Amino acid sequence: MTYSNDALAALADPTRRLIFQRLAAGPQPVGALAKDLPISRPAVSQHLAALKSAGLVIDRPEGAKRIYRIDPKGLAAIRIWLDQFWTEALANYAAEFSQDPQGDQ
Amino acid sequence: MNQQITPAPVRKTIEVKATLERAFDVFTASMGRWWAKSHSINSSPQEDVIIEPQPGGRWYERGVDGSECQWGHVIAWEPPHRILLAWQLNAEWRFDPDFFTELEIRFIPAADGKTRIELEHRNIERFGAKTDEARAALDSDGGWTGLLKAYADAAER
Repeated sequence: MTYSNDALAALADPTRRLIFQRLAAGPQPVGALAKDLPISRPAVSQHLAALKSAGLVIDRPEGAKRIYRIDPKGLAAIRIWLDQFWTEALANYAAEFSQDPQGDQ
Repeated sequence: MNQQITPAPVRKTIEVKATLERAFDVFTASMGRWWAKSHSINSSPQEDVIIEPQPGGRWYERGVDGSECQWGHVIAWEPPHRILLAWQLNAEWRFDPDFFTELEIRFIPAADGKTRIELEHRNIERFGAKTDEARAALDSDGGWTGLLKAYADAAER
């Protein structure tokens, strides 16, 4: 399995981002997630499936429930973070040139 | 049953209104001016970020108290066209001499006297090599989880 920008694309959806954020706070079963959200349980399951295929979350059975959590390997998470990190860093870098026209040249 | 996951490199492109030489100089010699101060591993507030301008040179930050924390080193130094750095901060956000990912920055002449910067941060899969450490980092609020929360918050604004 490979992914490239799947993780970022998966998080472009606001509901999915909200679910991901909830899971960042700790593992949860689908039912508990659905209770807090204004969407149906099947819809939550669909979003979780999308997050899972993007490498962002994993699930494990616990009795009759499935518990979801952020993928402990964290590669997708780390990649997202780096992507965001470099976007900000380069924006700051570019700002150096607009703040300082011709500067010390 | 582990899935083999290979994340694509992070690639970024930006154009700046500057000559090749100046773009290269601001990136490498003035990194401390534009680096986000919050992205620091030093307990002392960040004063500067330094890249020693030669292959094998250290890439490190210096705190206001003079303490230094290494982030990596220079693999290739080709002013004003290219720099290849080893990013040696692991998933726990700590310097690890046995760990590195490659960060390549290319400076390319563009129209109207501008310079295009192409940045590639690759070997991201290596962050996952030490699964237990990555898990610990991910589970802590100060680790990736905390950073991701901040990211998600920012993305929602």
